[in-house]
Amino acid sequence: MAVGRMVERVPGVRWLVRAGSILACIGLWQLASSLHVNLGIVTFRNVPPPTEVVQSAIVLLKSPKLLAHVSSSLWRVFAGYGAAVVIGISLGFAIGRSRTASDLLLPPLELLRPIPAVAWIPLSILIFPSSELSMIYITFIGALFPIILNTVHGVANIDRRLVASARSLGGTPAAILREIVLPGAAPSIVIGLAIGMGTSWFCLVTAEMISGQFGIGYYTWEAYTLQNYADIIVGMLVIGLLGMGSSWLLTTLGHHLMPWRHPTVAR
Amino acid sequence: MNIRVTDIPAQTVGRIDVAHVSISLGEGADAFEAVRDLNFAVAAGELICVLGPSGCGKSTLLGALAGHLEVTQGQLTVDDQPLLGPSPDRGIVFQQHTLFPWKRVRDNVAFGPKMRGLGKAERRMAADQIPKLVGLEGFEKFYPSQLSGGMQQRVEIARVLINQPRVLLMDEPFGALDAQTRSLMQEVLLDIWTKIPTTTVFVTHDIEEALFLADRIIVMSARPGRVIDDIRLPFARPRHTELVTESEFVRLKRHILDRLRRPDGFSLLPRLSPLGVPAE
Repeated sequence: MAVGRMVERVPGVRWLVRAGSILACIGLWQLASSLHVNLGIVTFRNVPPPTEVVQSAIVLLKSPKLLAHVSSSLWRVFAGYGAAVVIGISLGFAIGRSRTASDLLLPPLELLRPIPAVAWIPLSILIFPSSELSMIYITFIGALFPIILNTVHGVANIDRRLVASARSLGGTPAAILREIVLPGAAPSIVIGLAIGMGTSWFCLVTAEMISGQFGIGYYTWEAYTLQNYADIIVGMLVIGLLGMGSSWLLTTLGHHLMPWRHPTVAR
Repeated sequence: MNIRVTDIPAQTVGRIDVAHVSISLGEGADAFEAVRDLNFAVAAGELICVLGPSGCGKSTLLGALAGHLEVTQGQLTVDDQPLLGPSPDRGIVFQQHTLFPWKRVRDNVAFGPKMRGLGKAERRMAADQIPKLVGLEGFEKFYPSQLSGGMQQRVEIARVLINQPRVLLMDEPFGALDAQTRSLMQEVLLDIWTKIPTTTVFVTHDIEEALFLADRIIVMSARPGRVIDDIRLPFARPRHTELVTESEFVRLKRHILDRLRRPDGFSLLPRLSPLGVPAE
């Protein structure tokens, strides 16, 4: 109890505890893989220890392969996710604002929604001329639904008193869409963008493992087939870093676009 | 960039005529008559309070004056013009503020001028004049969530007045404030109204508030709301808080209490809103 209170009071101590926790996990991993621990259902026999992973990471960092893999993955996410953002937000606005648009667009979308994006992989290889396009499509379809649904939710749940007020102050329908509905729905849209970003990466890595030529998912799978086991973990870590970076970008963007959500400076 | 109403002789715009107005709300089996056969006029520049029990339709009438609700029978006119939907000519202030959370105080206030197509510099100038009038100096760059309830309502009033409305409509604007802030805001409102004599329809169920503010009180019955009394107040202006202890004030308060206690004045109905039947 007394220790707990002390830990709460000194912020430095808390950070030490957190760093220690990570180091302990890495230490356990090192121990398990160097001793080839076999726990019955899982075995560390083929798991490379952290030291080997670091060596492989340094080799990859120095080779031109890294840039090629990362840049082709980033391009696919940029294209697929970008298309999902534009189309998802537009559809979400239409469905959330107009009953006709909702009746026209929502039923087919609701039919397609339960199909997991990765289940699209075989069909998308058949319908697109290149595997590049089919991978971009998978990334797109993965991000599309969370973005549409959260946009609809945000747009449909605008406080009608705010809209009434804006009309009383002389707001035209177009101005109300721009000045009230868009910022009012923004928090919900950003949540959709964040969920979509996660599923986008998930779908991309899966698609790359199946049909990629380059890309970080392909790199990870190739490492498995070539039995470069340390590279598997390097690939996993790079995927994690890319996901973390893109979600950080979104959070920062959200803070910039919605300063009223965190009004720290009074004047 | 001053207030238009002060430049022209006062009491020439903002006459309201309520002619045999009935308003029904709800749909199908849930439909009900909120107000029935209201018939009165408000002179230009007059400050009237509409007083009545909860759910008596006084907010419904206000919503119709703002243009958010349609009249079922009769006619509403302002300066002989029939009302066609909401307009910046008829500003409305709600009980719970409707400030845009993503706009700073200054930009909330400048919303009307922006909708009129004024340039940014002009808007800023206009929006920096009004806060002085309502006591908001120094708060121009705050977000609404950073303000107290009283301050939020000051911004609401400023945002409506910057449009130089013919009519100011207020729906229990101080009802959600604590007693001290409410009393302060009543004086603030009277001060603003003295400087910009805009026709004001102030809806409340607080008898003392109505007696303190109004030139005239319209007392409404329970649903369907009808006018059961129309009282012109004899109190001189400017008014101060001491007024509430004067004998005539107390006598009128008792009179209105009696009026509301009669079977046709009493009700326990849920509150209605100027936007119709509450959503839930």
